[in-house]
Amino acid sequence: MVRIGVLGLQGDYLEHHQVLRRLGVETVDVRLPSHLEGVDGLIIPGGESTTIGALAERYGLMEPLRRMAEAGMPIWGTCAGMIFLARDVGRPQPTLGLMDVRVRRNAFGRQIDSFEVDLEVPALARLGDPRPFHAVFIRAPLIEAVGPKVEVLARLEDGTIVAAQQGHLLATAFHPELTDDTRFHRYFLEIVRQASRR
Amino acid sequence: MTGEVRRAYGTVTVKRGLAQMLKGGVIMDVTNAEQAQIAEEAGAVAVMALERVPADIRAHGGVARMADPEKILEIMEAVTIPVMAKCRIGHYMEAKILEALGVDFIDESEVLTPADEQYHINKWEFKVPFVCGARDLGEALRRIAEGAAMIRSKGEAGTGNVVEAVRHARAIMGAIRRIQGMGEEELVAYAKEIGAPYELVLETRRLGRLPVVLFAAGGIATPADAALMMWLGMDGVFVGSGIFKSENPYKRARAIVEAVTYWQEPEILAMVSRNLGEPMYGIDVRQLTEAQRLALRGW
Repeated sequence: MVRIGVLGLQGDYLEHHQVLRRLGVETVDVRLPSHLEGVDGLIIPGGESTTIGALAERYGLMEPLRRMAEAGMPIWGTCAGMIFLARDVGRPQPTLGLMDVRVRRNAFGRQIDSFEVDLEVPALARLGDPRPFHAVFIRAPLIEAVGPKVEVLARLEDGTIVAAQQGHLLATAFHPELTDDTRFHRYFLEIVRQASRR
Repeated sequence: MTGEVRRAYGTVTVKRGLAQMLKGGVIMDVTNAEQAQIAEEAGAVAVMALERVPADIRAHGGVARMADPEKILEIMEAVTIPVMAKCRIGHYMEAKILEALGVDFIDESEVLTPADEQYHINKWEFKVPFVCGARDLGEALRRIAEGAAMIRSKGEAGTGNVVEAVRHARAIMGAIRRIQGMGEEELVAYAKEIGAPYELVLETRRLGRLPVVLFAAGGIATPADAALMMWLGMDGVFVGSGIFKSENPYKRARAIVEAVTYWQEPEILAMVSRNLGEPMYGIDVRQLTEAQRLALRGW
C-alpha cells in the first residue's frame, strides 16, 4: 500500500487527507523534512503560495523536496501547490521550480471573479469515467506556457490551460479536494503506484 | 463569450472555499501599503485593510466607520494575498462599497460602531464572502444562517489580552462537543435555547465542527497566544493590534505565522518566541466598562 504525504504548512490540507482516507490510503502530515521519510507521493494543497513558500524555505523543505522529486517521487499541486511546483511564476517568491511551466497568479482577478465550472478532462477517461469534472477555481492561477515535456490535461472553454502533467508531476489550478469527485486523487494515486513499481 | 455562461460565480462553495484556503494561516491588520508588504513577507495569508488598528480605535473613541476606499485600494495594490476590509454591523451600503472595490472578504465587525441595532447584513445576496464574529455557537450559527462564509471569535479586540478569545473558542468548541451526545429531540430544544436554526445545529453535529472555517480573533499578541488558539481547535488566527503595535512587527509577525503552523512542536514555539522585543501594551478586560467592551456589540 502507498503512503501519501500532504504538505501541511498552511491551506486546505485536511480536505486532501479526508479524500485520500476515504479512498483507503494512508496519509501523513508533512511539516518538517523528517516527516518525508517513507512517503511515496506528496500533495501540495491549496492555500497561499507565498506563505507555503516562506515556511518551506525557513524550515529546510526545499532541498529534500527537490531531491525526492528528482529521484522520481510523484508530486501533485492544487492551486497554490501548482504555483509552488512551477519554474516561473513571474515574480520573486520561493518555488520548487520542478515543473517546466510559466504560471500567472490570481489570473482571473480577485475573489469576486472566483467560479465553478464543468471541465472536460480527457485523461480522466482512463479511469473509466469520461464525465466532465466539476472544477472549483478560487483566486486561481493559470498556466501561461508549458515546456516540451509537459502534457496539457485540461483547458477552459477559452483555451486557458488549467491542468498539466510532466511525467510524475501533476498540477491543477482548481481544487478537486473541495468536491466529492475523487477521480483526480485516483489519477494521482495511479501515478504513485506506477512510480513505486519502478 | 458564450462559454462564460457556464461559469458560476459567488457560490457557497467558492465563498466558503476561500476561507478554507486561509486555514492554518494568520490574517494581519494593516493600515498602509508598507505594513501590508511586511505582513505578506512575514507569511500572512491575508491582510485586513484598516485606517486604525483596534487599539487605536479604542484610544481615538467616537464613531468608527469603514476605512477610506483610497486606503483600501492602496493596500490591495501593494500585495498579492487576499485583502479583507471591515464594515459596520448592519451597514449594507458600506458592504456594497467594499464589494465594488473588489475586496476579497468583508468583515462585518463589532470593532466598528454598529449601524443597525436590530439586523445584521443579509450576506447571501453578495458575491463577496463575509466573516463575522461570534461569542458562542448560537451566535456563530445565526451569522451562518445570514450567509457568513467564515466565523471568528470576537475576543476583545485591541486589548492584547487573549482571555476573551479563549472564552469564545471554548464556548463554541464545547457546545459542538455537547451536541455530539444529544438525541434529535434534544437538538430541537437546544436549537431553540441557543437561538440557532435547527438544520444548522444538525449539520454541525454531523460534521463535528462548524460548517464554515472558524478563526480566532481578539487579543492575540504572542506566538504562544496563537498556538493556544490552534490547540483549542481554531482553524487559524487573526492578529489585529498585536503586530504593528509591538516593537518589532516583522519579527513578531513571522514568529506568529510559524507558531500557527508548528503549534504542536513546543521546541519550535520556544525558538520563535525568543527576542521578539516588547509586545503591545495590554489591557485587563475586567477594567473595561460595558460601553468599552467591543465584544458585546452584535447579537
